[in-house]
Amino acid sequence: MDALMNFGLGMFGGVWPAVWTLVKIVLIVAPLMLGVAYLTWAERKVIGYMQVRIGPNRVGPWGLIQPIADGLKLLMKEIIVPSGSNKAIFIIAPMLAIAPALAAWAVVPFTDSLVLANIDASLLYIMAITSMGVYGIILSGWASNSKYAFLGAMRSAAQMVSYEISMGFSLICVLMVSNSLNLVDIVYAQDHGRFAEWGVGFLSWNWLPLLPMFLVYLISGVAETNRAPFDVAEGESEIVAGFHVEYSGMAFAVFFLAEYANMILVAALTSIMFLGGWLSPVGFLPDGALWLFAKMAFVLLLFLWFRATFPRYRYDQLMRLGWKVFVPVCLVWLFVVGAWMMSPLNIWK
Amino acid sequence: MDFQTLVFFFLSAILVFASLRVITARNPVHAALYLILAFFSCGGVWALLQAEFLAIAIILVYVGAVMVLFLFVVMMLDINIDRIRQGFWHYLPLGALLGVLMVVEMGLVLGSKYFQVPASEAMLPANISNTKGLGALMFSDYVYPFELASIILLVGMIAAIVLTYRGPKKSKYTNPAKQVFVKAKDRIRVLQMPVEKD
Amino acid sequence: MFDNFVVPDLLPAAPELFLAAMAAVILLADVFIKDSRRTVVFALTQLTLLGCLVIQFVTMTGEVTFTFSNMFVDDLMADLLKAVLYMTVFVVLFYSRGYVLDREPMAKGEFYVLTLFATLGMMVMISANHFLTIYLGLELLSLSLYAMVAMNRDSVASTEAAMKYFVLGALASGLLLYGMSMIYGATGTLEITGIGQLLMTGQANKTVLVFGLVFLVAGLAFKLGVVPFHMWIPDVYHGAPTAVTLFIGSAPKLAAFAVTMRLLVTGLITLSQDWQVMLIILSVLSMAIGNLAAIAQTNIKRMLAYSAISHMGFMLLGVTTGVVGGDARMALNAYSSAMFYVVSYVLMTAGSFGMILLLSRAGFEADNLDDFKGLNKRSPWFAGMMMIMMFSMAGIPFFIGFFAKFAVLQAVVAAGYMWLAIAAVIFSLIGAFYYLRVVKLMYFDQPADETPLVAPLDMRVLLSANGLAVAVLGMFPDILMIGCVLAIRHSVIA
Repeated sequence: MDALMNFGLGMFGGVWPAVWTLVKIVLIVAPLMLGVAYLTWAERKVIGYMQVRIGPNRVGPWGLIQPIADGLKLLMKEIIVPSGSNKAIFIIAPMLAIAPALAAWAVVPFTDSLVLANIDASLLYIMAITSMGVYGIILSGWASNSKYAFLGAMRSAAQMVSYEISMGFSLICVLMVSNSLNLVDIVYAQDHGRFAEWGVGFLSWNWLPLLPMFLVYLISGVAETNRAPFDVAEGESEIVAGFHVEYSGMAFAVFFLAEYANMILVAALTSIMFLGGWLSPVGFLPDGALWLFAKMAFVLLLFLWFRATFPRYRYDQLMRLGWKVFVPVCLVWLFVVGAWMMSPLNIWK
Repeated sequence: MDFQTLVFFFLSAILVFASLRVITARNPVHAALYLILAFFSCGGVWALLQAEFLAIAIILVYVGAVMVLFLFVVMMLDINIDRIRQGFWHYLPLGALLGVLMVVEMGLVLGSKYFQVPASEAMLPANISNTKGLGALMFSDYVYPFELASIILLVGMIAAIVLTYRGPKKSKYTNPAKQVFVKAKDRIRVLQMPVEKD
Repeated sequence: MFDNFVVPDLLPAAPELFLAAMAAVILLADVFIKDSRRTVVFALTQLTLLGCLVIQFVTMTGEVTFTFSNMFVDDLMADLLKAVLYMTVFVVLFYSRGYVLDREPMAKGEFYVLTLFATLGMMVMISANHFLTIYLGLELLSLSLYAMVAMNRDSVASTEAAMKYFVLGALASGLLLYGMSMIYGATGTLEITGIGQLLMTGQANKTVLVFGLVFLVAGLAFKLGVVPFHMWIPDVYHGAPTAVTLFIGSAPKLAAFAVTMRLLVTGLITLSQDWQVMLIILSVLSMAIGNLAAIAQTNIKRMLAYSAISHMGFMLLGVTTGVVGGDARMALNAYSSAMFYVVSYVLMTAGSFGMILLLSRAGFEADNLDDFKGLNKRSPWFAGMMMIMMFSMAGIPFFIGFFAKFAVLQAVVAAGYMWLAIAAVIFSLIGAFYYLRVVKLMYFDQPADETPLVAPLDMRVLLSANGLAVAVLGMFPDILMIGCVLAIRHSVIA
């Protein structure tokens, strides 16, 4: 690494840090996009098997080239801008949807050293950035000048603002027990404890002592990404496709990318916050980024599994769950964790 | 000019431009969007000052929640810009006067020697983040106003619910007690109209 | 740096903490209580107020105690004003109970919760020793009051009154904040005792201070409701549901008085030459406009609103005469007379609005002067009570209102403002006209409806007690006066 730095400094001089950062960004975003592509493939395969079908199987072996073909097809298609729409915002909206999904990766640590920006308040940064994802949706809904799109946008705005609250509360519990807002420190805080000493570290991770918060975060994560069973913003049977009904071609593809990139992000955050990040579950295996990817894959599998299993929530049920179930549960658990930490039984010293 | 100054001017330029557009944009949704941009660049300026908590809080609270709801409302309203602008020239002299006064006052405040309150010298040690420092102050020296502010927010919530919540309406029914008091003139209005010819 | 965390001394603020906790408990309990058993909420609220009173007396030390990093001050003045405050709110809630139950949108537990939070705001204001806490207490009070005014939400008048109150209240808060920021700019501190000490050294720039002072006084005048910042008072008193008018018209005056004392006397006594002149102008204008405009009213709530303006003007006279030519020997007399005035005004105003509530019933607001016609034929006892209130407000001897006016006038004369005393007496005489008109309506006119009064026993008892208190304290004003003198001596005048 140092050799590379010196080489770069020699080659580019003063601008090297900027170039190096750009290289790192590309190194994160390119695999991410590939991951998104193959997540769509995995989704179709997994749901296919769950419904006793085969899923995509024509393009390439096991249908592996299918996402590339889909992407190419969308690239070729025309972007239709509806008459009466607000053109500038119509075009900007998909970008606003995907930008936060990518920007949040800046602080996600793959291992303790493999992170683009290791800042103090990275947890706050993540919360701030992800809270902006909603703009892409409501602006697309408004700019389309279409009733269905507008309805979808309104639903989504209310939904995301509601679930952000419970999401924030569950993260407050995490930061209380890890005594830090830094994601690297949060992972390290899960590394010690009685179980970690016994060599079964996965029982020391936050998911067990904070089990209610883990569930709240996971479910709110599904709601935040507008995934089934909380996909009322799209609701194809009620409001055809919700906020992106007027979009076609690459503009539509960008929304698609944003949704899956958000899923991967939520999976990564869940893994870091509750499942020990890059830590190895058992003492005799080494830690490493591979563990993080495995955990993300598991969480993503849960997302797909939910979609294959649950029928869509009705809108009022969705709001009731967010406000009348999750928020009180979070408030109570916040108290419990606080009391637990002040008691002699505190396990997070 | 070092890099930080450059970033500062860049962000400030966006901030000023966006703020101007907030008040000049014809479309209220555009105005709200410019306001969001203004908040965002403001967060950037604060981040430059190493006030990371404030920077992120303004984005999290204002951009992420308040403005979403604001847009939500603005989008649903049918705002007639022309009617709002009707009194523009009428009020311009007074508004301009107030604006000039405010600029003068700000100039006096910022420029005069009486207001040169020395910048806080209590810099935090390097190993304590801005967020942690704020948190510690809020729960020690400023715990009383902090809790009071939270009670004010609670009252705001209660007030909003009291004034708008009308309870679930499961069925339609008539209230016999009110029916008894109905008089003919509540239900029927007899109008005198001139006979229309042809 | 974070290891030396010290829990602040909570004992001086025990009543505040108790009230805040109980308000939260009542808010939660209210959700689970059926509408038919709403009395439980009422009882809990009243018990809370009684509990506060007990705690206040148990924790009273008689010394000036600071806590919460000097943002909170507990002294004898705070103890006394808060005790009066609890009793006022207690009585107000008893008066309001029937009225509130008859009006559907208000018959909710939130009415009591908001009342408690408003009370908390007033307590914070009374005990504030920091610009920040003054402002927060004020906002807590105002926000609760805006909601309470608008609570009868199907009434257009109430909604309009709430809107006006909100807009003007926000403006007043802005003025107050602007003044505070100016003074902060000049002194570099927000702590009121700190400002007082700093100004003694004479380091701060006078121009900036006076500039800030103007805004501060304007903001205070808004909250006290004195001319020329009185526009909201008649509309809000008139438009608000009578139960809320009763609340707005009584208890907040205590808090506004306390804040005036803290800001102007504790903090800015060195500028007394400047603010005394401003207050004299405000008070003369208030007495003139308040008393003259009240004559023209046909609505008794509006009439009492203008009367409130004139009374607050009279009260300010006491505040203006503390320092004469740099000599603060008269301060004790002057400030304690103002305190006596405000306490006695609260007592009288609670009784007067209580009478309006007594005459009101479901679907009928007894808020016109004509509704008092022939009250003597319907209920001689309560007509007598109303007569006591009116006589006392007019300043007719041997009721408490007379001694309040007398004490203030004494202070004014002692300070050498003879012309001011004469003006005050003349305006009071003009004011006596409209108070006596109410008495005339009650005793010499024929009633419009002959139905006898129906009111719950508790209200009858309390209202009678209120009237008798006005009369008895008028005969023995020393009891209250000694308390006021002690309070001022041990807290404001250091």
